[in-house]
Amino acid sequence: MSQSYNRGLIEDFGRWKEFSAGMWAWIFHKFTGWMLIGYLFTHIAVLSSSLTGPEAYTNTIGGLESLFIVRVLEVGLLAVAVFHILNGLRLLMVDLGVGLEAQDKSFYASLVLTAIITVASVPTFLDGVTL
Amino acid sequence: MSTQQQQPEEPQSQEAPEDPEMRGAESPVDEKEKQGGDIDQQTTPEDELEGETVHIKVFRYDPEVEGKQEPRFDDFHVPFEKGMTVLDAVMYARDTYDSSLTFRHSCRQAVCGSDAFFVNGKQRLGCKTQIADLEQPIRIEPLPHQEVVKDLVVDMDHFYDQMHTVEPYFQDEDTPNPADLEEQRQSPENREKIKMSSRCIWCGACMSSCNIAAGDNDYLGPAAINKAYKFAMDDREGEEIKEHRLRILEQEHGVWRCQTQFSCTEVCPKDIPLTEHIQELKREAVKKNLKFW
Ligand code: SF4
Ligand code: FES
Repeated sequence: MSQSYNRGLIEDFGRWKEFSAGMWAWIFHKFTGWMLIGYLFTHIAVLSSSLTGPEAYTNTIGGLESLFIVRVLEVGLLAVAVFHILNGLRLLMVDLGVGLEAQDKSFYASLVLTAIITVASVPTFLDGVTL
Repeated sequence: MSTQQQQPEEPQSQEAPEDPEMRGAESPVDEKEKQGGDIDQQTTPEDELEGETVHIKVFRYDPEVEGKQEPRFDDFHVPFEKGMTVLDAVMYARDTYDSSLTFRHSCRQAVCGSDAFFVNGKQRLGCKTQIADLEQPIRIEPLPHQEVVKDLVVDMDHFYDQMHTVEPYFQDEDTPNPADLEEQRQSPENREKIKMSSRCIWCGACMSSCNIAAGDNDYLGPAAINKAYKFAMDDREGEEIKEHRLRILEQEHGVWRCQTQFSCTEVCPKDIPLTEHIQELKREAVKKNLKFW
């Protein structure tokens, strides 16, 4: 064999349109996982303001909650967390060998449930907390 | 069946006498489809295609011909025939238009596993895929994630290497001495358990569809793991060999690399529940190491 053609990473990733349910579930799970890790650090940073006293903590939280963008982000955070949890349960089932034929359906179900819960949370989050 | 359903809607009464003849022509196709497995009702698209030409776009790459080294797609228009498969179409294109069009095939009945292509974005056997099931133009490419040698022919060396890593042959601890060789019996239940895994035809479709295998060249891949499953679950091999097999499987690039994307299971032309087998081997590996039970 004199030569061969390697289609390379770019061409391979160009196939994303052809991905199926299981692959999307995998991508979303990794993505939401990283988002949650990122959130964890900001969360700790905010919590650590309590070290300087209750006043500082209340001000930080109050300040953040008064920002509209923060409340929107919280809706996003809920969506990310809910999907990660639901897909995590789905993966647990897969690991145990339960309902393997319905793996795509359970992925769609996780998406639908996430959407419902997220939409339902919008009024609460966007109203902000009245202290 | 659906031809009959359509009849009343169609105003032309001349159609009626043709009906028995057409149905006669359909029955062998139906047979074929039943063997194919994944097609339930095919009369309508086939009828629509009767007398038409099918537009196929075939990936071309020829390292030996000056000016053809840049990969491209060639268009062919192939006259449709009832029951025509993707393999039939590329064979027609080769025989009629371009004798240099290169691809592998042999049995033409989903047994040899040599004609796995990437058809309309999915790994499929050319000889098992009905043209009537596909949207046109039909895009036919060599299997992804493998180097292309020429046109639709990919380099399968790595796939075979991975298959051989799992020692894909029966090993017996206490083969009876040749003088009193006897049948080695397997229980019907055990046979049933490994039945699906024994259907693999080494086509490589699963490996090609696996993102993880694409990113990790050392990953054994679904086909090899399934092959190992076939032997590890075979009661006749004995505990020691099973342990040995699990040791191969539980290494870093073995079963644990599987991220349950299910793409292998979806494309396997022999309907082998690959992900299920991989998950079961993961559980076996955990059991072996924990030894709680
Ligand atoms: S497991 Fe299925 S897809 Fe993979 S090589 Fe065997 S027959 Fe082909
Ligand atoms: S030609 Fe043998 S499997 Fe298709």
